[in-house]
Amino acid sequence: MTIVADVGLDQERTGTSRRSFLKWSAAAGGTAALVPAVANLGMPEVRAEGATGMAEADRTVWNACLANCQSRCPLRLQVKDGIVVRVLPDSTGSDEMGDFNIRACVRGRAQRERIYSPNRIKRPMKRVGERGGGQWQEISWEEAFDTIASEMKRVKDTYGNEALWYHYGSGSTGGNITKRGTWPRLLNTYGGYLGQFGDYSTAQITAAFPYTYGEWISSNSLEDAQRSQLQVMFGNNPLETRMSGGGELAVVQKVRKDFQVRTIVIDPRYSDTAAIAGDDWVPIRPGTDAALIAGMIHVMVEEGLHDQAFLDKYCVGFDEATLPEGAPANSSYRAYLAGKGTDGIEKTPEWAAEITGVPAARIRKLAREIAAAKPAAITQGWGPQRHATGENSARAIFLLAAVTGNIGIPGGGNGAREGNTTLPVKAFPLFDGEAPPVKTQISCFNWIDAINDGPSMTATKDGVRGKEKLDVGIKLMVVNASNTLINQHNDIHVTQETLRDDSKCEFIVVIDHQWTATCDWGDIVLPSTTNFEEIDLIPGASCGDMGWAIYGDKAIEPVFESKTGYEMCTEIARRLGIEKEFTQGRTQEQWRDWLFEQTREKIPEFPTKEQLAEMGVFRKHSPTGPRVAMKDFRDDPVANPLKTPSGKIEIYSQLLHEMSQKWEFPGERSGDRLTALPEHVDSWEGALEARKSEYPLQCIAHHYKGRTHSSYANLPTMNEAHPQMLWINPVDARARGIENDDEILVRNARGTVKTVARVTPRIAPGVVSLPQGAWYRPNSKGVDEGGCVNTLMKYHPSPLAKGNPGHTALVEVEKVN
Amino acid sequence: MTTNATEAGANYGFHFDQTLCTGCKACQVACKDKHDLPIGVNWRRVVEYTGGSWQTSGHTFTPNVFSYYVSISCNHCENPVCTQVCPTTAMTRRPDGTVYVDDEKCVGCRYCEWACPYSAPQFNAETGHMTKCDLCYDYRETGQDPACVSACPSRALDWGPIEELRAKYGSTNDVAPLPDPRITEPHLVVTPHRDATRWDAGAGRITNPKEI
Repeated sequence: MTIVADVGLDQERTGTSRRSFLKWSAAAGGTAALVPAVANLGMPEVRAEGATGMAEADRTVWNACLANCQSRCPLRLQVKDGIVVRVLPDSTGSDEMGDFNIRACVRGRAQRERIYSPNRIKRPMKRVGERGGGQWQEISWEEAFDTIASEMKRVKDTYGNEALWYHYGSGSTGGNITKRGTWPRLLNTYGGYLGQFGDYSTAQITAAFPYTYGEWISSNSLEDAQRSQLQVMFGNNPLETRMSGGGELAVVQKVRKDFQVRTIVIDPRYSDTAAIAGDDWVPIRPGTDAALIAGMIHVMVEEGLHDQAFLDKYCVGFDEATLPEGAPANSSYRAYLAGKGTDGIEKTPEWAAEITGVPAARIRKLAREIAAAKPAAITQGWGPQRHATGENSARAIFLLAAVTGNIGIPGGGNGAREGNTTLPVKAFPLFDGEAPPVKTQISCFNWIDAINDGPSMTATKDGVRGKEKLDVGIKLMVVNASNTLINQHNDIHVTQETLRDDSKCEFIVVIDHQWTATCDWGDIVLPSTTNFEEIDLIPGASCGDMGWAIYGDKAIEPVFESKTGYEMCTEIARRLGIEKEFTQGRTQEQWRDWLFEQTREKIPEFPTKEQLAEMGVFRKHSPTGPRVAMKDFRDDPVANPLKTPSGKIEIYSQLLHEMSQKWEFPGERSGDRLTALPEHVDSWEGALEARKSEYPLQCIAHHYKGRTHSSYANLPTMNEAHPQMLWINPVDARARGIENDDEILVRNARGTVKTVARVTPRIAPGVVSLPQGAWYRPNSKGVDEGGCVNTLMKYHPSPLAKGNPGHTALVEVEKVN
Repeated sequence: MTTNATEAGANYGFHFDQTLCTGCKACQVACKDKHDLPIGVNWRRVVEYTGGSWQTSGHTFTPNVFSYYVSISCNHCENPVCTQVCPTTAMTRRPDGTVYVDDEKCVGCRYCEWACPYSAPQFNAETGHMTKCDLCYDYRETGQDPACVSACPSRALDWGPIEELRAKYGSTNDVAPLPDPRITEPHLVVTPHRDATRWDAGAGRITNPKEI
């Protein structure tokens, strides 16, 4: 038995455990058990309904955790003397499908630490000295409002509304009035701002959808998987990315427990979904899903296991016969498989094995099993698409669902991410009228180019929408509840250099309640309230077929000098002469009343404000049963065509074929390309390049349980529970002399991160994963000791979406000596 | 109408369903929030146990890997060694079978921490005393579930009189990496993960020693 006797204060501070666990299973001896007879007192009948928490609290207030995890958990905050003293879980609902008690995950339970974090921004700040230089001066709210209003006016007058930009961010995604802090409404009321399409979660799949299905169409719900013979999850990890006990985690666990549906997880990581809800795990090299699928479909076609009738009736371009008019010969998927296409390579399982790492025999077995399971629920998470060629991976997984004929039927699915049933809770209007005043859009991700040289951006080179080219670059940024300016954007060094020159983007205002790495690059930083310091009507999120809404009550007064977004925007609107248009004469409370009215018009049984204040949560299970995607299309494709040009599922996209001839990929993006078929494309810093690179490990960046993106990543309790680390396979670790918990450097030409190694067989050889969202913390030598993955990731917009390839990068790892 | 669940002779304990636990640690953090525990003190902790190997052939690979979690707090043992080694009688069993530490008697010598094979008693440097799970005595008095149990998003935790738990869930309590249950006879039953092995099988290892 080993006992660690040295109890240092340093360890206490850093949260390092001093307890020895060698004794856990190493302890020997003991005596035989003597179990005494115990009176049968019965199981205690105490359940959530009776939970009142701390007896001496003054009051208990409903609100919710609003971070961007696509769950949405109610919380009950216990308040005493104006301070939140305890956080309680939801006390309503049950353990039954459609009526779940919506238990918050680990993050939601750490709200007190977040509300009272030393990182809270106390009062408005103005930078002095160069941008990003770290010199700040406190200013009054009056000065802050005056400056922001005059900068908005100056930039609009000088460059026009398309020089204004509302930055992508998701720190308050779950809110309603509190969602965007009403800033987009302010900007739209002032004539609008350069729009954006896509988001950092789903850029590539969002762009891929229209070319296969005509529009975004989520798959069947995870609840519907109870009617499946087999669940196949490509990079789908609800047990880690949708952790709510009333969200998809609850649905997956319930389906598994009650229906034992066999589940296969295809993922470079042995995720918790694979370990707990999976029966089989197929590890795959990142970014190679389209190759695996080609290899599997090759097997299905060779053995006649595919659904030819479905392909003939509902799809375009699997066979030469269903290609659209004008398509080149041998451009069908079948020709691609046979090697009759431009690459001349037959897509045998052996070919796929070489690329994906999955042995050919395993590919054959997997293909036969997926083809034989009727019906099979094939879904994808958003990891496969968040890659350099992620658009094709997303489309390839759609294709597998089509080839197996699983689309539009109960227990099946269309290969997209699972769908949900939600309540149509009225959203706070971000603009009045049919559409925002400015129609021009760029991708959510390539704003770097719009700052550096906006007028050089075109439709065919940069994906500009609404115009052939931009007239002006981004000159003013509103960055609200967003750490995507620095921490969450690929290649922090490129971003910093882009922002440093304040003649490019001339003014940046950052609004947040925690001082993030993004705040460092603002010109003015405003302290916002947390949602616990204001009111809202909060819509539910992703939970199978249960929709819900939560009462957002104000638990405490604003901390320090923070203000609500609505108050800030009203003050600025007044200075711009648009207060009346912005507020429509309503206070925040009156807006919430309006949201209740509007919602009750759509959902007659929706509670009144007074009722929901009492209930906390309103939930409703889908009255029509689990969601089945594209059922109408399956039932009658003529009467219910898709929004594709052909009205069918486009395996071959004529639009993409035409775009592939026109779109330009100059300079270092010259290797990028668009393909009419969902083919495998070897990408920069991909699986094959790794074999000859001085940085031989593929680095992905899984979502981590202790944070939602970078939200909560600064909290000591979260870093104690889920410390930052790099997952590395024992084979790769051994080759580098690295043992579990060793300090390591992870580096490539873009940057270096210092972290610790989690040496684990739960990740494929040749692959490492640095969970995304850790706070960027460079030391004096520029080594990021916080472990932010965007120190390593590349700024290289993907070919079609111009989205973030956040799981494509090569690195090398070494032990710190 | 609440039930006072602090009945004498009940011998309360925990059930943990290993087939459901995802290692999210909502249990650990809900406990910390309720009891205002500082960093470094965790009355409930989650251990990750992982093992297996890989075969590689050319550029392909095949795994044979397992992983599962154990969420563990004080097990309110039938034979609590912590009470036996305590020189001040601060560590005792309540009539309901739960083990608690009397803050006023504890001198912080840490023998109990040394003796407990589950590392349940923990030293709070701020107070100089030992602290530990009391199975949320105040909540039980007012008919509430322990904070960890009602926190679990996966419903992997349950609690009650140990004989009732054993009747409902079986009596397994010897899965790795837990210690030999004969040492203290824990009031704990575990529904084992499909890959769980006995405490002395040595099939895997604890991968997160610094988190526990």
